[in-house]
Amino acid sequence: MAIRKGWLGRLPVIGQLRQSVGLQRGMLVTGLVLTGLVLLTAILAPVVAPYGYAQLAADGVNFGAQKPPSAAHWLGTTVGGYDVLSRLIWGAQTALLVIVVAVLMSIVAGVLLGLVSGYLGGWLDRVLVVIADAIYAFPSLLLAIVAAIMISGGQSGLWSGVFAAGIAITVIFIPQYFRVIRAEVVRLKGDAFIESAKVVGASSARIMFVHALRNSTRTLPLIFTLNAAEAVLTLAALGFLGFGIEPTAAAEWGYDLNRSRSDVTSGIWWTSVFPGVAIVLVVLGLTLIGESLNDLADPRLRTRRRPGPKQPAETSVTEVIQ
Amino acid sequence: MKGLWRYVLVRFLLIIPTVFILVTVVFVFMRVTGDPITAKFGGQLLQSDLEARIHAAGYDRPIIVQYFEYLGQLVTGNFGTALTDNQQVTDILLHYGAATLELAIYALVVAFLVGIPLGMLAAKIRDRWGDAVLRIFAILCYATPVFFAGLMLKLVFSVGLHWFPTSGRADPRTVIGLGRVDGASGIYLLDAIRTGNWSYISDVLSHAVLPAVALGLLTAGVFLRLVRTNMITTLGTGYVDAARSRGVGEFRLTTKHAYRPALVPIITVIGLQVAMLLGGAVLTETTFEWNGLGSQLALYLAQRDFVAVQGIVALLAVIVAVTNFVVDLIAAAIDPRVRY
Repeated sequence: MAIRKGWLGRLPVIGQLRQSVGLQRGMLVTGLVLTGLVLLTAILAPVVAPYGYAQLAADGVNFGAQKPPSAAHWLGTTVGGYDVLSRLIWGAQTALLVIVVAVLMSIVAGVLLGLVSGYLGGWLDRVLVVIADAIYAFPSLLLAIVAAIMISGGQSGLWSGVFAAGIAITVIFIPQYFRVIRAEVVRLKGDAFIESAKVVGASSARIMFVHALRNSTRTLPLIFTLNAAEAVLTLAALGFLGFGIEPTAAAEWGYDLNRSRSDVTSGIWWTSVFPGVAIVLVVLGLTLIGESLNDLADPRLRTRRRPGPKQPAETSVTEVIQ
Repeated sequence: MKGLWRYVLVRFLLIIPTVFILVTVVFVFMRVTGDPITAKFGGQLLQSDLEARIHAAGYDRPIIVQYFEYLGQLVTGNFGTALTDNQQVTDILLHYGAATLELAIYALVVAFLVGIPLGMLAAKIRDRWGDAVLRIFAILCYATPVFFAGLMLKLVFSVGLHWFPTSGRADPRTVIGLGRVDGASGIYLLDAIRTGNWSYISDVLSHAVLPAVALGLLTAGVFLRLVRTNMITTLGTGYVDAARSRGVGEFRLTTKHAYRPALVPIITVIGLQVAMLLGGAVLTETTFEWNGLGSQLALYLAQRDFVAVQGIVALLAVIVAVTNFVVDLIAAAIDPRVRY
């Protein structure tokens, strides 16, 4: 396949978009479109949303609780008397904030620890690996809950809520970045270019942060999208269990689902279906991107452009998810 | 052979630091913000009462002393007494653990029944539209939060169609009936089978269907993806071609020849899946009011009962560590490439 390698082709996602064909391209494009729509909704929330996320009345008239979808409230109102559509739209903003906070913090911390641990080795490396493995193996949601309780302790503001959720999610993500980066650095350590950097007299810090870092970030876009998806799920789970963000501080889909539990048993469907579908769409979009990137990075799974001879199956490419 | 025993021993000894680290992390997280008495009763009791209770429970001593005392208690199997209901944490673990175990087993059964055949099918019809549908299904399984899946299942199958009950593990009548069984295991299905009473068995099973599907589909998606990926690799290998040229039918080729080696990665991820199931159990049990360890944990967390929480988390840590140990052993036993 003749792809001109311009600078555009070297960007993480665009390069893969060009490389993809058929169904795989369809999946990648669907993921990109879904994620783009959510991004747009999050940014335009103040313009698009008919009401505020904590608004209970308009023009002095209360919305009323559990009202079915109508002209005034396209998706009905919740048991707490909020407009479902507005909370849906504002919820995209909350989700985006938490993703950004959580993923940024865990990338910085995880990459830093992974670099240092992998490059320096020794007992520090061994201790960190055991800790990371222990945390990685444990049910991440439980750790996130415990962390959320420790951090928030009943706080309710938008930013404190977002940061509490973000840090809680960070705690469970650090081991993932740590493992990936560390493995890459350990692999790179023996490479000739690191050796030659040493010979030239580069400092350990320079080798780590310039040479090793640049060469070990290959898989980061993939983990990034998968983690963003998991961050949305964790945030929703925290909200559903009542350890998330207060409804007056921000719209959060998990909280709305928690409040809709009793509605479901009495057949009121609009309070649960819409926030749930919103979560599914966000996670679906991000996961489709991640999955496609994973497939395209793996020669065994990449769909061939033209039907050709059978592919060699011996290539040992490590699965990055799981 | 000597190498194998060394490997087993090393893996076994690794259980200890794993449990130790998790227990420590949770202890630090829970205690960094204060003592359990203030967390539980702060604002409800007079300051003097509060201090008296803190002193009586020994929470005013240095944190490091309390930490070692806590570790000592754990080693001797003493998990303390819950602050909220004064139950022995050990009793809580035994009583509710059975319910969670039952739910987790049902969920794994669903995951295997759905994930593995569909994964084989997807690999066989690779890159056709059927494959795309199956892959989207797998991603949807992952993308749908268990509690949302649970709510939707309830909405459709219990509120809409009245096929299954909305919540709980069994009808009150059944619970009383099962309580009379001698040496009841707490696993309702086993107890119901021992009574031999069909109405009990069907009641227990009908309560289990929706929670099991909600929790099981989460893992089914992972299994589907894994089986598909690995089957694609094995279907392309020489021995499968060789079998095909010998005249082995396509069905047998898929279900026997290519499938067996594709199963190894499944076993290795089961360790992680158990952790995911335990996390999912908290959500599923809360959604379906399934009185297990998960819903109790959520309850105790909401009430800031740190003693009970620490006990439950310690048990979960042991379960996760032991599962990973067993999984490593099985993987080493069936896969000759595992080095030890």
